[in-house]
Amino acid sequence: MTTMTLAGAINRGLRAAMDRDPKVLLMGEDIGQLGGVFRVTDGLWKDFGGDRVMDTPLAESGIVGTAIGMAMRGYRSVIEIQFDGFIFPAYDQITTQLAKMHYRSQGLLTLPIVIRVPFAGGIGAVEHHSESPEALFAHTAGLRIVSPATPQDAYDMIQQAIASPDPVLFLEPKARYWDKGEVDVSRVADQLEGEHAEAAATAEMGRGRVAREGRDVTLVAYGPTVRLALQAAELAAAEGTDIEVVDLRSISPLDSDTVVRSAKRTGRVVVVHEAPTAFGSGAELSARVTEQAFFHLHAPVLRVGGFHAPYPGSKLEHDYLPNLDRVLDAVDRVMTH
Amino acid sequence: MDAHGPLSDEGLVRLLTHTGERVSHPEYDAYAADLDATALRRMWHDMTVVRGFDHEATSLQRQGELGLWVPSLGQEAAQIGSGHALRDSDYVFPSYREHGVAFTRGVDLPEILRIFRGLQHGAWDPSAHGFHLYTLVIGAHSLHATGYAMAMDRDGLVGTGQDTDGAVVCYFGDGATSQGDVSEAMVFAAVHHAPVVFFVQNNQFAISEPATRQSRVPLAQRGAGFGIPSVRVDGNDALACYAVTQWALRQARSGAGPVLIEAFTYRMGAHTTSDDPTKYRTKADEAYWAERDPIARLEAYLRSIGELPDDAVDAAAAEVKDLGRRTREAVKGWEAPPVGTMFEHVYAEPHATVAAERAWFERYERSFADQEAHA
Repeated sequence: MTTMTLAGAINRGLRAAMDRDPKVLLMGEDIGQLGGVFRVTDGLWKDFGGDRVMDTPLAESGIVGTAIGMAMRGYRSVIEIQFDGFIFPAYDQITTQLAKMHYRSQGLLTLPIVIRVPFAGGIGAVEHHSESPEALFAHTAGLRIVSPATPQDAYDMIQQAIASPDPVLFLEPKARYWDKGEVDVSRVADQLEGEHAEAAATAEMGRGRVAREGRDVTLVAYGPTVRLALQAAELAAAEGTDIEVVDLRSISPLDSDTVVRSAKRTGRVVVVHEAPTAFGSGAELSARVTEQAFFHLHAPVLRVGGFHAPYPGSKLEHDYLPNLDRVLDAVDRVMTH
Repeated sequence: MDAHGPLSDEGLVRLLTHTGERVSHPEYDAYAADLDATALRRMWHDMTVVRGFDHEATSLQRQGELGLWVPSLGQEAAQIGSGHALRDSDYVFPSYREHGVAFTRGVDLPEILRIFRGLQHGAWDPSAHGFHLYTLVIGAHSLHATGYAMAMDRDGLVGTGQDTDGAVVCYFGDGATSQGDVSEAMVFAAVHHAPVVFFVQNNQFAISEPATRQSRVPLAQRGAGFGIPSVRVDGNDALACYAVTQWALRQARSGAGPVLIEAFTYRMGAHTTSDDPTKYRTKADEAYWAERDPIARLEAYLRSIGELPDDAVDAAAAEVKDLGRRTREAVKGWEAPPVGTMFEHVYAEPHATVAAERAWFERYERSFADQEAHA
């Protein structure tokens, strides 16, 4: 076991993937000498050179589009979009081209591209630097969307995303970049060097995990809200409510089986994410739980998340974002329904 | 100028006048020097076959056999001329009207109609033909072409002086030059010295909008701002299109970087079979361009040098007739694919949502079969 920050785990994971496969390239703005604005690619330009750690022109559609062409010749690009709010110039390339090429070609072409996005808020940033756009992409078939919440998952999942033959949006909870944790580096290495590595890696990356077991309420989170959910569970425990926390890890596919299994035991579900609740992943999960566990429920599925308003200036972001009080309020409501 | 096209035709490279007289060009004659009578006849033949196929596809759409057709009528010289300059080591990224280029890349023409009959979105193996699938989002493929070219460079397929050297040709239209992706493609191609030839078929119209809605200068001038050498060519002159493409490909394959070609041509037909060009252009306009028909021009030249014997004309006519029959039979014989195929190849690896929805749909379909069995 090695202690790493979440950002450091991604850095180490990228390095391992580049060592394993010479076709793996990094593309992005300021990721070379500077090491990225969050330093996630720190040191990689020096060790792998500018051909494999490419500082690109400042054009997000161009980055994704050229990565698609390179993928047709067997390259596996890992793109860094500098901030969540800057992914939109590439929205067309991601949704009409990257997501659909495998289908359009009836399986002849695969585009194993990873798009890393530092996402979500809480860091006191200016406009367009704190957004959670996952639902906009989850609506498009052909993309996988994952978000790690711990250094261990960050280390494993970045390598699994690179190994997957499908395009993957890899959402990095930027407010959690400096959280530390213990990382076992051997398990994912064994998986990726073993048989059927692509299939095993893709399947595992798409599964959620129970981060804390409990009997009374299922509290579902991913990425930046997992720590919040665990903190809420600790506080609720002190008041006698036993919360089970599910870390989804993946938004597409959405591991609703794990949530439904939990919901059938607890009968109460609360979903918490930073993205606006309207038309969000919590809404999708709520629908699935209702469809598959209706007669087990003691209360409606509740959502805690951002509002249907643009992400506000940073002085208001802690009122916009789900916090402990709002999560515990939702827990109280499902308990007393 | 309004009568025959919105942008100036000044400065076009031309090797055949519109009546088919050979004129010499100090720079580009050399790039057409390998075109002997046999090669020229082959070009004429391909243009003739593609036009025949295009007419057949339009008829099939009118008869309700195709949902839509995108005619290439009038652009045969730009497509066949440039297509004949390609070799196996090159790779093409077409837009969606490049049926002529598809033919030069060995795509069996009727297969294209699988797309327009609504069976599937892609209808050939791109790598087998060095010819990517059609892209319907205007200009989006210019970035794929550039990335592919960057990868060819990485793979050592550029600038070695060997026959394995290759380049990418990316076809798009005058409308596409306004797209951000095309500008970004030129930025990436230029700074990476990518071996890509941007081949703009300026057919004067983006559906109904004349090229003056896209630019106040000839489209070839766009290259200068990116540091990309460019050339304007008479797009209805197959010899000239061949010559400038040869020049551009040699540049790109040698490692000198990207090139921009503007082929000045005219979309003689509608944008698609859903379009009505009488709403936005004049008879005089069409008559002007009818006199500049690319096939008639090459035919006149071949006859003037005594290289288009009647038996070649008869043989081509018979081939067109045969292809038309084969196309009709193929199209009418294609059944809708099994319903389950809409769930296939959404992902390369299994995805829980797709699997669950497919399973539900199959149960749903089976429920009707059960009802019928009980009836």
